[in-house]
Amino acid sequence: MAVVETRKLTKVFKEGELGAVNDVDLVTHEGEFLVFLGPSGSGKTTLLRMIAGLETPTAGEILIGGKVVNDLTPRERRIAMVFQSYALYPHLTVYKNIAFPLKAQNVPRALHKEKVEWAASLLGIGALLQRKPRELSGGERQRVALARAIVREPSVFLLDEPLSNLDAKLRLSAREELERFHRRIGTTTIYVTHDQVEAMAMGDRIVVLNKGVVRQFATPKEVYDDPADTFVATFLGSPPMNLVENGDLIVGFRPEHFRLAETIPENKINFKFRVENVEYLGAEYILSGVLLGGRLEGKKVVARLLLGQTFESGTIYDFAVPERHLKFFDRSTEKKTEARALAWA
Amino acid sequence: MGVNQYTSPDAAEAEKAPPVSAGLDKPGSLKPKWTKVQSIGAAQSPLLGTAMFAPAALYILLLIGLPFALAIFYAFSDARIGSNQLHFVGLENFRSIVQSPSFRLALRNSIIFTVVAQIIVLVSGNILSIALEKPFRGRGLVRFLILLPWVAPVSLGTIGWKWILDSIYSVITWLLVWLGFVNKYSPPMWLGQEGLAMASVIMVHCWRLIPFSTVILLAGRTAIPKEIPEAAAIDGAGFWRTLFQINLPMMIPILGVAVLFGTIFTFTDLAVVNILTNGGPYDSTQTLPNYAFNQGIQGSDLAAGAAISAFLVPVLVVIAYFMLRLAHRAEVA
Repeated sequence: MAVVETRKLTKVFKEGELGAVNDVDLVTHEGEFLVFLGPSGSGKTTLLRMIAGLETPTAGEILIGGKVVNDLTPRERRIAMVFQSYALYPHLTVYKNIAFPLKAQNVPRALHKEKVEWAASLLGIGALLQRKPRELSGGERQRVALARAIVREPSVFLLDEPLSNLDAKLRLSAREELERFHRRIGTTTIYVTHDQVEAMAMGDRIVVLNKGVVRQFATPKEVYDDPADTFVATFLGSPPMNLVENGDLIVGFRPEHFRLAETIPENKINFKFRVENVEYLGAEYILSGVLLGGRLEGKKVVARLLLGQTFESGTIYDFAVPERHLKFFDRSTEKKTEARALAWA
Repeated sequence: MGVNQYTSPDAAEAEKAPPVSAGLDKPGSLKPKWTKVQSIGAAQSPLLGTAMFAPAALYILLLIGLPFALAIFYAFSDARIGSNQLHFVGLENFRSIVQSPSFRLALRNSIIFTVVAQIIVLVSGNILSIALEKPFRGRGLVRFLILLPWVAPVSLGTIGWKWILDSIYSVITWLLVWLGFVNKYSPPMWLGQEGLAMASVIMVHCWRLIPFSTVILLAGRTAIPKEIPEAAAIDGAGFWRTLFQINLPMMIPILGVAVLFGTIFTFTDLAVVNILTNGGPYDSTQTLPNYAFNQGIQGSDLAAGAAISAFLVPVLVVIAYFMLRLAHRAEVA
């Protein structure tokens, strides 16, 4: 087990262009499950590949277990990686796939069988050892990829969107399995995803990336409840946070905090809300519409409500947001700022 | 009519009508089918398809099929140039060529020529394809230069080599003399000494085949998803292990194709041997195609030439069968 650290890590693919990864500083905890979250092109995979040793950084340092590893090959870094496509060796059986890292790292042959069987039983694929990858389902392939990764007991685990090739139902169970798996082996893990639900559910901490820059590095709760800027605010949450401009500020509030005024006993900001579209999602309603009156006339917002009431599109309702749930961002920098009193009318 | 309730009106109608006569008696009844391809217009005439297909079929029949059939026929006859007599002689031609020492030598040379050339071509093609895979400055130019021997006409290229290997004017000899490796007064006879002549013939043939094999192997290498060698690197495999345990096994289907084509090109090659040595000295570079040409055309014994050529067919069929099976097995594995 080891701690991964990056210092001012930068990758520029084409000279003169903006870097894919820019000045990234981060330190994991021992045994942590760290998630890199960002849209495509945010640099999260490039960052992971630099840590793995598959890309050479343009500048900055990577440390694994306190040692600078910039000049070490992937093999010398003692890391394991699971690829998005799993990258199983198609011509080898499951057994030989899992044994390959042992062979490549000159583990004595006598130990192979025992280790492969240990890894396979940990992932419940003991019965598949003689099959070829093409004879496996997506979920089974993923487990083989994981087994191949743990068999040599790496100090760090890198996972590049390992669930994105599974269908929605399988993804959920595979996610739970991965969490359980991580608790059991306790290896420092870095997990790349563009799926905020995965990030929230699995991460001890989340690194939110956009355009190669770390926008926020915090626990899922902090990232959701206290976003560092408007990008983080809108990237996490579905539907995303409502942002309305007011003077030199941008005010944000989550759709689930935007409710009928009568249901909020505490200090609140009142709005007239004209519902324009109602989506019924089974367990909840998504209402989209516009604010009426005052300085926010015509601003589009979304509300997310539990069932219990019916709403008509075209009707105007009295809605409100509890004051403590308002987030404030500077209008020019889009960064979080202190709460302050505002004129709403 | 519970079953038929979802069929279209057309289908229901067709079901009622007697199937064959409907189409023949009333061409109009086929119309709905044909309107589907109306945009291709001309396809309405079945003759046109045949006409478009005919040149290719005729080409194969007249220029490949007919000579092939004729050669098989001659192999069982006593055909000679300048003679209007023709008798069926059964396996007599085969019996006599198999007993001839020249034929056996030619067969042995052909096998050496093919196997050695294939090994050199495959190894060099692999090295070049690895070198040319990753982008570098001038890669396009290098790829073009490597392809040149393949696009140059074989006879011209080989005549060029004949001068390069000439006993008096050889630039190779000149260079070796200048470097002090070779005595000016007894220079190597590249095409005139038994071992050297075979080596020269193989070398020139490799020069010609390497581009072809490089292009095929490059395509095969590019088809490997890049995460797989990356996964191997992370798993701790170095260059050689990745090459021999990951990349090459994954390229087996395409390697099979390269070996198959290379073997056929080499085993049947006439130009290089004919132009450089014409089989000499003392038959030391004599291969089956050149031997067949010498016997059948230059020696006027058409039947013997045909029998020698026909001898190549089963050999090549067996090679092709195994190579295709290998490629297929690797594909489904």
